[in-house]
Amino acid sequence: MEVSFALTGKDYVIVAADTTAARSIVKMKTDQDKIKILSPHLLMAYSGEPGDTLQFAEYVERNIRLYQIRNLYALSPSAAASWIRRSLAESLRSRNSYAVNLLVGGFDTTTQEPHLYWIDYLGTMTEIPFGAHGYGSYFALSLLDRYHDPDASLEEGLATLKRCIDEVSKRLVVSPDRYKVKVVDKDGVREVEL
Amino acid sequence: MSRSYDRALTVFSPDGHLFQVEYALEAVRKGTCAVGVRGKDVVVLGVEKKSVLQLQDPRTVRKVVMLDDHVCLAFAGLTADGRVLIDKARIECQSHRLTVEDPVTVEYITRHIAGIQQRYTQSGGVRPFGISTLIIGFDPHDTRPRLYQTEPSGIYSAWKANAIGRSSKTVREFLEKNHKDDLSRDEAIKLTVKSLLEVVQTGAKNIEISVMESYGKVTSLALPEIEAIVAEIEREKEAEAERKRSRLAATAAGQAAMSLRAGDAGGTSGQ
Repeated sequence: MEVSFALTGKDYVIVAADTTAARSIVKMKTDQDKIKILSPHLLMAYSGEPGDTLQFAEYVERNIRLYQIRNLYALSPSAAASWIRRSLAESLRSRNSYAVNLLVGGFDTTTQEPHLYWIDYLGTMTEIPFGAHGYGSYFALSLLDRYHDPDASLEEGLATLKRCIDEVSKRLVVSPDRYKVKVVDKDGVREVEL
Repeated sequence: MSRSYDRALTVFSPDGHLFQVEYALEAVRKGTCAVGVRGKDVVVLGVEKKSVLQLQDPRTVRKVVMLDDHVCLAFAGLTADGRVLIDKARIECQSHRLTVEDPVTVEYITRHIAGIQQRYTQSGGVRPFGISTLIIGFDPHDTRPRLYQTEPSGIYSAWKANAIGRSSKTVREFLEKNHKDDLSRDEAIKLTVKSLLEVVQTGAKNIEISVMESYGKVTSLALPEIEAIVAEIEREKEAEAERKRSRLAATAAGQAAMSLRAGDAGGTSGQ
């Protein structure tokens, strides 16, 4: 029952994901980090088939880093998201495809704008102000429709995220109890406690 | 044809030489000079920069490049060959992280680069890389600075201080005379600049210095900083020359006095 959320605000993107590693009906551990820091201003939350997720996320991480070393500057969030989507789309058309769903959030240092992309394992990509993957999306999207404000401060953004997490805890049959939350803004990436 | 071994790609000559590899070394000797100096907990790379043309963008001409967060490389020889080799090395750095979740050690990436260079002396239809490289860096979870060199033949070796490229022999001899163990940051930088000044006539504006102080901490010195160091070295040289001159004058004066007194002594004994 994986859950991941992300929302943009004024000059930042918040990305949150549960920390449960489960197999069948058993929780194996509850402190897994499912948000990769791809570059100084880029975050990616991944969920889906265990194994595929980590394999694909690490592959992306290393390629984004390679680009940065080769060119001396990092990919912009939109360029990175496009490259990630294409990798997934190519994977889908191979013998063994990755079943990975992603939320890619980044801060474009050239235009000083936050960007958030929703990508699924079929290679669908859309730029969105807020989004979610997993069962959480059934509960959170309506909340986000109601409470999301593109000009909200970080505190307000985190409060909105808290509403989503609380709603999932209240209504989902087997809800995760812990989340990891990361924020990206002009100063880069950092983890925040909710 | 008697010279056919010379024309074919990397085959042995009758006396056991690989001419193509030796020509590649010749290309290295024609390249601009690069110097590496290892200090106590710092390692410095200095390169001779070619003057850019008036309308050229100097930022696009690079001779010192990062391979990963903690490994830096300078090369001498054919720039285009360098670019290809550097790209292969950068891919290996990331590939290594992906497979074993650890950054490369400096020796590992040196060995990898030397391995590629060796392959290009033995496989068909290719020519050797016309570059030598100096590789500096720190190993993960280690505080010791590292300095390695690779050559077109695929030889690699570790050094305390070394030079490659144009007049590298002169510079290496200078380093052999002046290198001490456990140099501080400033001393290592100064030695690098000093050794480069042996071959770079134009001074600070044609010198580029990169300093690595610990894992992943790399700085490139700005022109004014290099100019200050060059000025300091000039001053020291001037003071040294001045001392030499005054010492020379003193000895000359002493000798003159001695001969004068000797003359006096001779005079009195004659009476």
